[in-house]
Amino acid sequence: MSNGEEAASDVMVRLRNVGLSHDGSRSFILRGVDLEIRRGEFVAVLGPSGAGKSTLLRIAMKLIAPTEGKVTLAPPATAQGRPAGLVFQDAKLMPWRTVQRNVELGLEGLALGHVERHARALDALRLVGLAEQAGRWPRQLSGGQRQRVGVARALTVEPALLLMDEPFGALDAITRAGLQEELLRIWAQTRKTILFVTHDIDEAMILADRIVVLAGHPASVRGDLAVGPRPRDRGGPAMQILAERLRALIAGDPDPAEAGYWRASEI
Amino acid sequence: MSRRVGHQRLHRPFLGAVGLIAMFGLWEASVRMGLVSSGLLPAPSALIPAWLDEVKGGFWQGAIRDSMTHYLLGLVIGSVLGGVAGLLCGAVPMLDALLSGVVRVLRPIPGLAWVPFAILWFGLDTAGATFVIAISVFWINFYAAHGAVQSIDRDLFEVAAAFGHGGFGGRLFKVVLPAAMPGLMAGLRTGLGQAWMSVVAAELFGVPGIGARMMQASSLLATDLVVIYMLTMALLYALTDMAFMLVRNRILGWQG
Repeated sequence: MSNGEEAASDVMVRLRNVGLSHDGSRSFILRGVDLEIRRGEFVAVLGPSGAGKSTLLRIAMKLIAPTEGKVTLAPPATAQGRPAGLVFQDAKLMPWRTVQRNVELGLEGLALGHVERHARALDALRLVGLAEQAGRWPRQLSGGQRQRVGVARALTVEPALLLMDEPFGALDAITRAGLQEELLRIWAQTRKTILFVTHDIDEAMILADRIVVLAGHPASVRGDLAVGPRPRDRGGPAMQILAERLRALIAGDPDPAEAGYWRASEI
Repeated sequence: MSRRVGHQRLHRPFLGAVGLIAMFGLWEASVRMGLVSSGLLPAPSALIPAWLDEVKGGFWQGAIRDSMTHYLLGLVIGSVLGGVAGLLCGAVPMLDALLSGVVRVLRPIPGLAWVPFAILWFGLDTAGATFVIAISVFWINFYAAHGAVQSIDRDLFEVAAAFGHGGFGGRLFKVVLPAAMPGLMAGLRTGLGQAWMSVVAAELFGVPGIGARMMQASSLLATDLVVIYMLTMALLYALTDMAFMLVRNRILGWQG
């Protein structure tokens, strides 16, 4: 796996010509996907439902082996960590574990004492503002709180890469906006490298440094666009132009920027 | 709302006790007023001296000790084997398919039908009675465990795998066992009651215990003794079920 090419250790994950087929290469879900994410970057993968975004995420963290191509994932920052932490769409907490024990899940099996494991999980819960709920059961939490526990569970393994699979997709608009803000605060605080899957153009533009558009059958990377500086003005002209470009890329229409609708300086 | 719930919580055991006292009262009254002949059904008050005689002779304690031995052994062996077999069949589709025919043939045979073989293979002793009880408990736990594994949220396996528990042990201990626990507990509890019924069946053919004592008493038309042992069995069931529920509620506290 390690053959010196990660010497540029700033690359946290690299996908090269990745393809996935479930029927012995007769048809592909993903094909020819190239993607590289650097340390500290916040990258959104944007695409229509069913485009294979979640699958791409699982390939990036090596939960699914690709049919073709190569995945290189950076090792965790510390020996007592895991390369990747995944946040699921509906939190997917284990109902029989307390909040605290849910967060500890990824730490079990690492060479950590009970006290240290407890302390690390509690630190992560503090980061998402749920330290007081540590002893409660998942059923006693709101949807937004459960999702925050899911974030804490992924963060506590000190992953080189934090992967988020439409984590706020199932929440109401107000809760979602609050959690987006909180995620940006956590990102600023921890400088984690984040790969965030969403089908919501606004969400991608508010959160990410870069937006990778994944679409088509089989799906491939249709575009890889940088988003302007923060803080962002949702209604500003730059954002509207970007949204227009993203919509065109998802639909498979020619990129309005390249088609000369706008001068590059406007973008 | 919490007041209502609190009320009901207090009321239920109280009303249960009232119902029980009413039953014994009605029973006593109908025998005393001659509505029911005491030869057909002894009055509750007549049971106490008979019970004291049984205790003095040591028969009552002996019967309880023997039956509890059969009960606990049969329950534990049947539940463990049934639970493990059910978990395995629920988790391994190949094994499930392989055994589906065998299960279909053996499942409908009641524990009582095995009595001749129990005598033949194990003899008229503890092992024979244990065997009959274990068989009846086995199937209850088999199906409970099987169903519990089948209804596990598949996504939780992915959660476990994403956090480093994708191997056999991880899947078993982080997902299958805890997720199936409510179903396993429900099976155990059903088995707890079923096993008492099987105790009588297993002892009817002569293995000493409550069932055998009942059989002896009924052949002598000692209806008071029969009733005493019926009530004894009810009491033992109530105690075992209560003890089990205490343990169960601790284990399944997360269900609320």
